[in-house]
Amino acid sequence: MEKVSGLLSPVRNFWNSFYSAWPDPVKKAFTPGLVGLLFFIMLVFPALGLINLYWQQVLIYVGINIILTLSLNLVNGYMGEFSVGHAGFMAVGAYVSSILTVWVLPKLGLSAYAPYLFPLVLIIGGLAAGLSGLIIAFPSFRTRGDYLAIVTLSWNMIVKSILENIEAVGGPRGFMGMPKLTNLAWVYVWVVITIWFIRNLVYSNYGRGALSIREDEIAASLVSVDTRKVKIVIFVIASFFAGIAGGLYAHVLLFINPRAFSILKSTDILVMVYLGGIGSIGGSILGATIYTVLLELLRPLQVWRWVIGPLLLVLLMIFRPRGIMGMREWGFLVPPEERPETWRKERETIILPRLASTRANPER
Amino acid sequence: MQAFLQQILNALQLGSVYALIALGYSMVYGIITLINFAHGDIFMVSTYVAFFVGSALMAYALKLPGLITFLLTMFASMMFTAFLAVVIERFAYRPLRKAPRVSAVITALGVGLFLENFTLATIGPHPRFLPPIIPVQRFTIGGIATSNIQLIIIFVSAIVMFLLDTIVRRTMVGMAMRAISWDKFTVPLMGVPMDRIISITFALGASIAAVGGTLYGFVYTIDPYMGIRIGWWAFISAVVGGIGNIRGAMLGGYLLGLVEIFTPVILPSSTYRDFVAFSMLLLLLVFRPYGLLGRPVTQKV
Repeated sequence: MEKVSGLLSPVRNFWNSFYSAWPDPVKKAFTPGLVGLLFFIMLVFPALGLINLYWQQVLIYVGINIILTLSLNLVNGYMGEFSVGHAGFMAVGAYVSSILTVWVLPKLGLSAYAPYLFPLVLIIGGLAAGLSGLIIAFPSFRTRGDYLAIVTLSWNMIVKSILENIEAVGGPRGFMGMPKLTNLAWVYVWVVITIWFIRNLVYSNYGRGALSIREDEIAASLVSVDTRKVKIVIFVIASFFAGIAGGLYAHVLLFINPRAFSILKSTDILVMVYLGGIGSIGGSILGATIYTVLLELLRPLQVWRWVIGPLLLVLLMIFRPRGIMGMREWGFLVPPEERPETWRKERETIILPRLASTRANPER
Repeated sequence: MQAFLQQILNALQLGSVYALIALGYSMVYGIITLINFAHGDIFMVSTYVAFFVGSALMAYALKLPGLITFLLTMFASMMFTAFLAVVIERFAYRPLRKAPRVSAVITALGVGLFLENFTLATIGPHPRFLPPIIPVQRFTIGGIATSNIQLIIIFVSAIVMFLLDTIVRRTMVGMAMRAISWDKFTVPLMGVPMDRIISITFALGASIAAVGGTLYGFVYTIDPYMGIRIGWWAFISAVVGGIGNIRGAMLGGYLLGLVEIFTPVILPSSTYRDFVAFSMLLLLLVFRPYGLLGRPVTQKV
């Protein structure tokens, strides 16, 4: 991979020279402009029929998987804990939001407004997932290491088992009847919200607490990071976003059953996280996109594509244990004050002149 | 009372299989602190090997007595899975010995999925039955219905567990294993071939799972995805007993067998058993985070 980035360096140099020539206001408007342009594309292209339905569906799945991957990366990549039951939280979000649109909204006579109430429905689903995350987080963070894996795994199994036993939501047959509310634009909006939120979280005080827990928990607690609180908060946020993704998933597939949220789904999310790279937002985006599109392209191979996926994961772990982007980040996802070029600039414009002046007249 | 004893016997039968698989988890975890998620699928492969070898022996071989066919089948299955486990260890886990521990766990998940789906793609999804290598004879003792197969399962598992316990406690290899799990930095300096001991651990764990797999195949149907559920149950057994502790794994296996058999008796349907087992695990972890027989690990600063 180092070789690949070496090959790409002329491109990067060209881009950098091009980018640095822009005036500052344009630079500042670049990321919002790109986000807005993409939103326009996501809104207008499907309406004009420029993307066929199949690829729309694939893009929606890519978006949902990006949300899932990012939220799991928050726990596994940034905090260094090992959660393996992410599909359980997704299931909570999916079922709660589906129940809201199928039963609660018609009862309130609001089903005509469902497209407008969709964000609210999703958020309630996400909050339910977050609450379940809180219930799990309390016992599990009493111990450390592999026990979180065991607890989250059990949680995934418990959720699946409970859903299979509630006849009201269809039991093992599944639950259907939700209106098709998820479209490309909504998924895109949620992806942007997730990226924005997680980027800001990671570079906040809490995020730094999480990073310090990853590096060394004991040292972190010695420098007065409230490790237990940070872990619980980060874990609840991750489960909230998993719940959002579950709601989006339920309202695009229009059918959910407990088997869809088994440990296999959790493993898929893990693959995407570790494929893209731990502790990297850009990596999560890449990992989710590559894995989803690759599995779509391998569809003609039928059963064998489920052989290739895990094999890919094993090879990846052996030859590149930190994934494609592992702990590195795309420049525009890093806040300006964190970028190396800012440090360099600071060094050249502030620190070096000051050093030079102290050297020139040592009395000062 | 009779019904209760009957259920206890069934629980012993199922618990033996869980205990045999849980031993593999526990040994591997004890020695390199890796949760070997592929172990359930190694178990699945072992039942398939037993299926093919058993069928071949029944179809082509000379008319061997049932017991010899049974032993040959079990031996072939043990050898094959031991070899498979050593290969997996050599090519998937050993390169990651110095990587972050999570990478090895992910690799184990990947290996497990690979084994499942590879079996599915090559052999097909249909459930199969092991051929009747030993003809089933049913009889009742004191009003409790049982069969020769059920008794064979319980006794063979008990013998294998006793043997393993002896190996770990009384032999040089066992001593080396315990030494490595105690301190894996100093032990290689004492001239203990660490890689070889780890390979032996994997081979032992897998061949014990193969004993369980062969026995399981006599009673239940086999399919490529059976390793998932049974693997998880065995994993819970290992955790309940205190992962890394061999006697704990056996205890946990029998406890989980009891849970699985008695859940449908107490609750309305058998689909609650996952719920009961995993809730029990969660509760146990809250009160005894290191399992029933485990001891807490202190972390050096």
